[in-house]
Amino acid sequence: MFSRAYRAAVTVPPLMWVMTFLVVPYFLMFCYSFWTVSASQTIVHTWTLDNYRQLLAVNVYRQTLLRSMWIAARVTLFSLILGYPLAYFLSFHAGGRKELYYQLVIIPLWVSYLVRAYAWKTILGSEGVLNTLLQYVHLTHHPLEFLLYSPFAVVLTLTHIYTPFTFLPIYAALEHVPRNLVEASNDLGASPRQTFWRVIFPLSIPGVLAGATFAFVLSLGDFLAPALLGGPSGIMISNIVVSLFGAAYNWPLGAAISLCMLALVVSLLFLSERLEKKWSFS
Amino acid sequence: MELLVSPTNVTSSGSRWLLLHAVLVFAFLYLPIAILIVYSFNGPGVGGFPPRNLTFDWYRTLFADGAIWQSVANSLMVAAITVVIALGLGIPAALALDRAQFPGKAVFRRLVLLPLILPGIITGLSLLMLFARAQINLSLMTIVLGHGTALISVATTEVFAGLQKVDRAQEEASLDLGANYWQTFWRVTVPNVKLSIIGAALLIFTLSLDEIAVSFFLIGRENTLPLEIWGRLRRGITPEINAISTIIFVFSLMAIVTWYRLRTKAEANPEIGAELIETSAQAG
Amino acid sequence: MATSINPVEPAVNDASSSSLLSVRNVAKTFGKNVVLRDISLEVAEGEFLTILGESGSGKTTLLRIIAGFESATSGELWMKGERLDHLPPYKRRVNTVFQHYALFPHLTVEQNVGYGLRVENPPQPDIAARVEQALARVQMTTYGTAKPSRISGGQQQRVALARALVKRPQLLLLDEPLSALDANLRRQMQVELKSLQREVGISFVFVTHDQEEAMVMSDRIALLRMGELEQVASPREIYSRPATAYTAQFIGHTNLLHGEVGQGVLRCHSLAWETLLNDGPALLSLRPENIRLSPESGIDRPAESVFFKGKVRNRAFHGATELLQVECADGLIFSVRTASRADFRGDVEFQFRPADAIPVRESAERK
Repeated sequence: MFSRAYRAAVTVPPLMWVMTFLVVPYFLMFCYSFWTVSASQTIVHTWTLDNYRQLLAVNVYRQTLLRSMWIAARVTLFSLILGYPLAYFLSFHAGGRKELYYQLVIIPLWVSYLVRAYAWKTILGSEGVLNTLLQYVHLTHHPLEFLLYSPFAVVLTLTHIYTPFTFLPIYAALEHVPRNLVEASNDLGASPRQTFWRVIFPLSIPGVLAGATFAFVLSLGDFLAPALLGGPSGIMISNIVVSLFGAAYNWPLGAAISLCMLALVVSLLFLSERLEKKWSFS
Repeated sequence: MELLVSPTNVTSSGSRWLLLHAVLVFAFLYLPIAILIVYSFNGPGVGGFPPRNLTFDWYRTLFADGAIWQSVANSLMVAAITVVIALGLGIPAALALDRAQFPGKAVFRRLVLLPLILPGIITGLSLLMLFARAQINLSLMTIVLGHGTALISVATTEVFAGLQKVDRAQEEASLDLGANYWQTFWRVTVPNVKLSIIGAALLIFTLSLDEIAVSFFLIGRENTLPLEIWGRLRRGITPEINAISTIIFVFSLMAIVTWYRLRTKAEANPEIGAELIETSAQAG
Repeated sequence: MATSINPVEPAVNDASSSSLLSVRNVAKTFGKNVVLRDISLEVAEGEFLTILGESGSGKTTLLRIIAGFESATSGELWMKGERLDHLPPYKRRVNTVFQHYALFPHLTVEQNVGYGLRVENPPQPDIAARVEQALARVQMTTYGTAKPSRISGGQQQRVALARALVKRPQLLLLDEPLSALDANLRRQMQVELKSLQREVGISFVFVTHDQEEAMVMSDRIALLRMGELEQVASPREIYSRPATAYTAQFIGHTNLLHGEVGQGVLRCHSLAWETLLNDGPALLSLRPENIRLSPESGIDRPAESVFFKGKVRNRAFHGATELLQVECADGLIFSVRTASRADFRGDVEFQFRPADAIPVRESAERK
């Protein structure tokens, strides 16, 4: 149906942009990861695997990566625990108010990330709202130190940010479950609980996988929350990268870590896609 | 008309727990924002309980703060240009994905959509390296390029969804009645996706205003609003930041309600809405 | 030829059959919308009952109330001496075959069929054997490990049937299960369903809008119109002695004649014949196949027939027969069914017996 000219007109401009601002930069990152930085703070363009060796050898990098993955895993888990029942409630129990509740869930998504992270910072501090409240009602006598500048704060904040993320695909998947399947299951003698575990949940798995992937990948690469709330014990891998591009000036090493993150993310995405396909039946 | 009620698969005790859970989650999502707003009026500062000495002082300080408003102006300009770029490239991309067949289409699709799911740091850093090699100075322009790259995917996804819903039969009817492809495109296809385009523009604009992860690495001498706030946070917290945050919240609220109305008008189904919002919020 | 008209026939007059399901004064309103008004119906053991009606008649709602997916606004359901409407669907010995089959897409055919047995508390023993038996009954044994997306619509329907029957319910509900099939497959399935019902001996309650389908399959038909039962009778009964004008027109074709009875003579336009009906206005249903072409003379022109002449305006070819539209000089238009023939020229004469013009009630006005 479409002429050569049309096809060229619609594909070439976006393609050019993507090549210039996505593919070439990634390629550059790839190149940088094999270079090194000299003592006088210039980039040395000899090709070497030094950066990668450093990654594997130096404890700090390994530990931080593991900590980041652990934080991301917890964020994902908590977001799912919060998000799934909420999605189920909206889809199966909210009736006419469904639309309204849905809007209520997505509004926080549109409020700036920074604003929300900042809000938690003011709440969790030793002079913050939560601590002073607890002392005001005499539940505690001293500020709780672990609330801020800790992995706890990072996990809490990121869960707050990413719960609506996990909610969305799960809700979409649940809305897609044909209601006549629920009726059929009841008709055949299954109680609502049995119907949930045997029919509704299996059919919602692609949504769960999608939500979990978003939450995990984005938490893993996050540097803002740890910077604001993480303190020394809450540093994540992206913070290291940020400093390597900043004060610690080692672009090649930073590029190497970024490349590893990119590779990890892309593999996770592929894996998730495969699993989602396996679990979708339509 | 027979009206059939969709079955709720919930027992009455189950529904009570679900309702409780829902209420708690909503509280979790909204309390921090509510506290933020309340404390923007708090005399003594950001913390402490209970809030007292309620005052507009912080708002007054905010309005006198020149640097913030300069950064707001920068953000608005960046956002406007970003919308143009993102739509200008995203609409053709959506058309290509929806209509055209060409080799490497799958790869193209993945590339265009990739920045959505990637953490912003990767997009930001890779562009930083590009600009460094090309010896382009960092400035608002580089931020625009960064936002544009990240948000093309949002434009593509939204417009693509809109295109999918265009009734092909309408286009075929147009051709049947004698209009050529070009005329059909402007008279039939475009009006149908008009709402998607407007929705996409609104979404991209808002996301660009809030964008911080990519901007972080591409910033020159001029700040955008989020980066200005970020800088202040490093120096020390004042309720002035609560005040600007409250204002941001109010504007975001208005934006999303408008956007949602547009989507419902375009008869969005939850699947498409969810996809879009997800993808959009990731870019933020 | 007055006949007493009883819209609700008693159940099959067989001493051995008894009532399985008793629907008593069931009504259903959705908001301001009254969908069912005062429905009372008995379903006998082992009978094939069809609930027939147009869309909007309430037939699906009635079925869903029996299944348990809707609750009646008022009225009761009793099954075998126990209250049924107080039970949720998963506690009723009633199973449903859904309109679009509602097979679980993530389970294989075998898993689908065995589902109802697995969820029982405690789960049934020898599930595999019963599943195989059920699949054999619907000729789907070779598809056991297939997923629903891989089998055709007709095959899905059989699986849905097996899934419901394997539970040995007391009553099987079928919600327009054949509507998604193409015509030939539909006819085949009608026959199969009927013989299946005979074989298992379970009562079937079948919902459809297709009156031919209802006639082919049912022991009795319950005709539902705008939320009320118009007539409940066997197919033959409902066809040859329709109670109301609506019934006469909905089931098969008919000619509705408006006439006036005075002093033992019924007049309808230029036609007249003797009748035992009371004086006053009369409404008659005359089936097209009861009108014949008149021969010129002879024994086939019996004196008590009514004759009329008209021009053939339209012919609809139905293979073995034709349906003619005949216009008379006085403006009356008849539908006549005759064997197919080559030609009709000019004025043609037709005849019918007065006994075939059945008096019917005007259907009640509904809001």
